[in-house]
Amino acid sequence: MNWKTFYAMLQRDGHVARRNLLPMLMQNLLQPLLLTFVFGRVLTSSGMMRFDYKNVLLPGVMAISMVLSGIQAVAMPLITELQFTKEIEDRLLAPMQNHWVAVEKIVAGMVQALVSGLVVIPAAWLLMGSGVHINLDNVGLFAAICLLVALFSSAGGLALGCSIGQTQIGLMFSLVVAPMMMFGCAYYTWGSLAAVSKVLQYAVLVNPLVYASEGLRGALVPQVPHIPPLAVVCALIAMDLSVLVLGLTKFRQKTIG
Amino acid sequence: MGIGIRIENLRKVYNSPPPSAARGAGFSFTPQRSPKEKGKKKFEVVALDGVSFEIRGGEIFGLLGPNGAGKSTTIGVLTTRTRPTAGRAFIGEFDVWQEQVKAKRLIGVVPQRPNLDFALTAREILIFHGAYFGMTAKERARRSDELLDRFKLTDRADQNVRSYSGGMMQRLSIARAMMHDPQVLFLDEPSAGLDPQTRLLLWEIIREYNRQGKTIVLTTHYMDEADALCEHLAIIDHGHIIAQGAPAELKSSIPGGYLLRLKFDRAPGELANELRQLAGVTEVRADDKPEADVYADRGGPLIGPIASAVQARGFELRDVHIAEPSLETLFLHHTGRSLRD
Repeated sequence: MNWKTFYAMLQRDGHVARRNLLPMLMQNLLQPLLLTFVFGRVLTSSGMMRFDYKNVLLPGVMAISMVLSGIQAVAMPLITELQFTKEIEDRLLAPMQNHWVAVEKIVAGMVQALVSGLVVIPAAWLLMGSGVHINLDNVGLFAAICLLVALFSSAGGLALGCSIGQTQIGLMFSLVVAPMMMFGCAYYTWGSLAAVSKVLQYAVLVNPLVYASEGLRGALVPQVPHIPPLAVVCALIAMDLSVLVLGLTKFRQKTIG
Repeated sequence: MGIGIRIENLRKVYNSPPPSAARGAGFSFTPQRSPKEKGKKKFEVVALDGVSFEIRGGEIFGLLGPNGAGKSTTIGVLTTRTRPTAGRAFIGEFDVWQEQVKAKRLIGVVPQRPNLDFALTAREILIFHGAYFGMTAKERARRSDELLDRFKLTDRADQNVRSYSGGMMQRLSIARAMMHDPQVLFLDEPSAGLDPQTRLLLWEIIREYNRQGKTIVLTTHYMDEADALCEHLAIIDHGHIIAQGAPAELKSSIPGGYLLRLKFDRAPGELANELRQLAGVTEVRADDKPEADVYADRGGPLIGPIASAVQARGFELRDVHIAEPSLETLFLHHTGRSLRD
């Protein structure tokens, strides 16, 4: 393994990400933060929603912004780079095995996902005003969930980026991302779905965002009902491994003639 | 002595359209059904069919052939970007597919279409490329300045390459391939889309790089380029090497040297035999089409005798084209088709 090359590519991605920092943050954070303001401030302050809803919302918003930014950080540039112009070719010709190029993209995506996730905590706190009670007793669990969610989102970005063409980006958002966000238990707890439909409650378990939201709830606001952290960690590990294998396989197929 | 290259019995079959061909990159693969699976509609394109050749270290080697002949696939295999279906390729002592990283260290590649990193400026492209190859910051700064200057890109070095013209992108691609000072430089159709002046600059740069003992492999379908630059050539068509050698050697192998392409009002039939009798004619090729290819040791002076023979037989001569000894004639001689057909 050639760490010098790997590090140089990380630097390249860091350089590009820094240049696009503001638009990137706006793209990934604006919508969740506006929702936070409406649900977490307007509706709670006006009495239309219970005050402790803020605690349900914060981890959910954090999960959404991590998943979205990880997917976008990897998938969007990759779709362009794999196009006919094959911009990625200069990295595939660098003296390093090809799959490390994919691993590097995952690592860079994870960093972006973690940054976006961590930025949400103070931002949402400010927007929602008083009443958010974070109990960060189990830092280890919080870190593990964050890393697993970041890995899922950027490896998922790799798999998506290698599977869809530039013309299908809009479709990806309306068919994959939008339902994932709405049925991702970000704006409500998983347990509360039981009141709507048991079938729906179990059906949404295929959605990785459910584990991200519920896992962060368990780590940040354990007083709110949530799926047991052990189950969340196991599910996330299984999902991480499958998107990782899928992403790396797709990447190999896409890059070798 | 530079690094040599060896290809043994290389075969490449695409089961799906090659990515570049699928999007109309000027490839002209014709899908064929493999004989074993006549029942199934299986897409199969044989891009390379048992290609072997050797390139000596430190020479300029040219792969000449029409679009879709297998040139880019050969370059793809040699540069680790295409997995060969069978056969082996070596850069120096390294098997390209088995020891990719070692092979990649030795090569620089200029692709057929520029694949520059659009998120970066020209200078950054060179500097990051150097970093991928482990060059120190100082070396990278020095070498990038030098190359930007050499390729006349200094003025716009700090602009994003999205705003570059085609010719500028091509120059930057070549600069990038040279950035880490590779022992072997591959150029796939390097002068496509360049203006004549830049083309001459490119030739000069290639020759200069070669004088430092580097091996250069280029593909082209311009005969003059192959003729002017290459010490050795391989002519490739439909995945087969049909001739190889030094340009002069190859040209002298054409019977007679001159080629006169004649067109008539009907198939020549016996007229062909009569043309064979004319002084200086070495070979006449004709079938049931209203045309004939006459290989001869002279060009213009044969027109008179040909015209009389044609008239005497009651034919009408519709077109005459005289080709001087060239690689085009050679290609025609071996394949019966023009390079641009």
